[in-house]
Amino acid sequence: MSALQPSKLDRPTLARDRSAADTDIKSVSAALRRAEFGDRMRSLLLAAPLLVLLALSFGIPIVLLLSRAVYDPTIADALPKTTAALAGWNGQGLPGDDAFAALAADLKDNQAKGTAYELAKSLNARLPGARSQVLKTVRKLESADGQAALDAMKSVAFWSAPSTWPAIQSGTSSLTSFYLLSALDLRWNADGGIERVPPEQAIFIQVFLRTFFVAAAVTLATLILGFPLAYLIANVPKGLAAILIVAVLLPFWTSILVRTAAWTVLLQKFGLVNDLLLWLGVANDRLDLMYSRIGLIIAMTHIQLPFTLLPIYSVMRTIPPSQMKAAYSLGARPFTAFRRIYIPQVFPGVMAGCMLTFILCLGYYITPALIGGASDQLISNFIANYVNVELNWEMAAALSFILLVFTLALFGIFARALGLDRLKLV
Amino acid sequence: MTQIRTRLLALAAATACMTIAGAAFADELSIMASGGAWQDAQRKAWFEPFAKESGAKILEQEYLGDLGKVKAMVETGNVPIDLVTVETATVLQGCDAGILERLDYSKIGPRDKFIEGSALDCGVGLDAYGDILAYDPTVLKEAPTSVLDLFDTTKFPGKRAMRKFPAQNLEWALMADGVAPADVYKVLATPEGVDRAFKKLDTIKKDIVWWDAGAQPAQLLASKEVVMTTAWNGRIQNAIDTDGKPFKIVWNNQILEYDMIAIPKGARNPELAYKYLAYISKPENNAKLASYITYGPVRTDAASFVAPDALPKLPNAPDHLAGAYLVADTEFWGDYGEDLVKRFNAWLAQ
Repeated sequence: MSALQPSKLDRPTLARDRSAADTDIKSVSAALRRAEFGDRMRSLLLAAPLLVLLALSFGIPIVLLLSRAVYDPTIADALPKTTAALAGWNGQGLPGDDAFAALAADLKDNQAKGTAYELAKSLNARLPGARSQVLKTVRKLESADGQAALDAMKSVAFWSAPSTWPAIQSGTSSLTSFYLLSALDLRWNADGGIERVPPEQAIFIQVFLRTFFVAAAVTLATLILGFPLAYLIANVPKGLAAILIVAVLLPFWTSILVRTAAWTVLLQKFGLVNDLLLWLGVANDRLDLMYSRIGLIIAMTHIQLPFTLLPIYSVMRTIPPSQMKAAYSLGARPFTAFRRIYIPQVFPGVMAGCMLTFILCLGYYITPALIGGASDQLISNFIANYVNVELNWEMAAALSFILLVFTLALFGIFARALGLDRLKLV
Repeated sequence: MTQIRTRLLALAAATACMTIAGAAFADELSIMASGGAWQDAQRKAWFEPFAKESGAKILEQEYLGDLGKVKAMVETGNVPIDLVTVETATVLQGCDAGILERLDYSKIGPRDKFIEGSALDCGVGLDAYGDILAYDPTVLKEAPTSVLDLFDTTKFPGKRAMRKFPAQNLEWALMADGVAPADVYKVLATPEGVDRAFKKLDTIKKDIVWWDAGAQPAQLLASKEVVMTTAWNGRIQNAIDTDGKPFKIVWNNQILEYDMIAIPKGARNPELAYKYLAYISKPENNAKLASYITYGPVRTDAASFVAPDALPKLPNAPDHLAGAYLVADTEFWGDYGEDLVKRFNAWLAQ
């Protein structure tokens, strides 16, 4: 809460005043900063327990989880001999017999240590089909040594396939870009360049765009609905305003799951909304509102409305009605007064509300899962799938990381374009 | 100083108490299953009789069948469950990820007495269920005769519901495209085979409503949102028997799968868990579940113990295996599952 804003004060128009004014302001602000330093330290000390709690329960786990996106030592740890044997390989064709022998030895070690399954799964993420081949080979190697082991390796066609060894080689480095690239529908090609994955495998870019589109649509819808309502609440007598605020907050206090379930009842094919539309004659046939993009946006808009509305309302309440009257009395038409006097003052509240809703929408999970159709699933649904169903936490971490980066980038762009100091949260 | 020592003593005493409390878990068996009518059936057929026989107390938990939760328990070293019910594909995943115990069959029962594919390294079969086609004869004038009628939109127009998952759908697509059941997984292991299956699914894509949870197919049929749906046979039979719905089941070209049960790594009471597994794997006990839900036994020698009125409704009743059928290949889905799920999601979004 700095009372002094040098950027605004530092505007003497006359050049000869400038240096003197600069010195003045500098000394004043330096003194102020000294005085405030102690205060700040004290308040920091008071907040320290919270900061420690945040770091322990929020910061560190997030960093640990996100680090899985780039650090996956499973293959490197499981295949030390192969890693050494492949060090000099140029990635063309098949490596020499020493690499085959090294892999055979590594596989036998893994079988003895009981880690063959983990290796098989990890390799399978990069090379579909590798799982059963690893396990099959391990079984063949059980009673084979030396030349026999080499022959056993060669007898499994999989190990002589062109795509196998490059995948193993890329896996032998603990630091990997594989998951981050996959999260952007990219991959390394055989020549060491980055290329797009074939269209039938490309999915995440589309899902990210969809997530941002849905978030933007919901933000716009809540703004269109919320702005007039906020204006109304800010300008009616106190008693009525209290009732309206409770009406806005009541759903806000209800669990998101309950509200989503309520929308499934309303939106389904033989549900209330369709009954009403038919009865009114608005629609000739029952609309597919459930499992559709439009149904998803309707439900999310309802859930997000208070988040957009409350910051706007809190700013509107501070604007005295006399200002608009003053503008009229000075000859401004209502629209001009609204545009030049009202909008600039509520703007920070509008931005804060929209930003809050937009960023919350990026993380929506339960509503798309229940109301959205197959092509309306947002990025959180995919992250959850990798965490819970596929048990591929590396991929989940990579998708989370990309989402976090996009979100922070958008936040940065907004903050830069509009000035962070103008944002007012409630 | 003395104060500190007293407090340390108190702390030690508290720790000791907790250890003793830990010992009290010895006759408690904590089972996590996926809820619904299926867990109710297990309670009546197995939990309660086993509790009575062994004197153990059974603590039940429910979950959605996703192993992420179990993985988190095992990784943090705090595993409050002794047994967890899982799908076959999940058993492989959990086995690979090292979060399920490798089973010692000498403590359970003779491994060769289980139907092929129902006794895995990390999971033992509980029951056999069928992925079938269900319809409402009051809506469909002509009765479908095979699950593959899903793909016949001229004879059976209207929406059809299918599980939002590549498994089963890709197999049926290939079978509908003329691949013999015995060759389905061989074809599906090739990129051309996968393309072929998706091309076949493309022909009905706009008519498909997707379901996630096992209870949805019966709801979708009841609300007339769809004219036919794929489903797990027990859920539809349940709607017929307890809710009095007029639904019919088509068994021809069904896909047979097994429900499994597994011990998570680090379970507190593995010995009692093994006792439970041995108990439910006895043929006479294995057959009991069929009296409460229409899922069949997995022991080859259990058929004679199935209650006579339950037998005709089971997916592996002789009548239901008379036509074509496919046994789901768990190893295949262990290999290609993740890749095909991604491809399937990309296809859905197109």
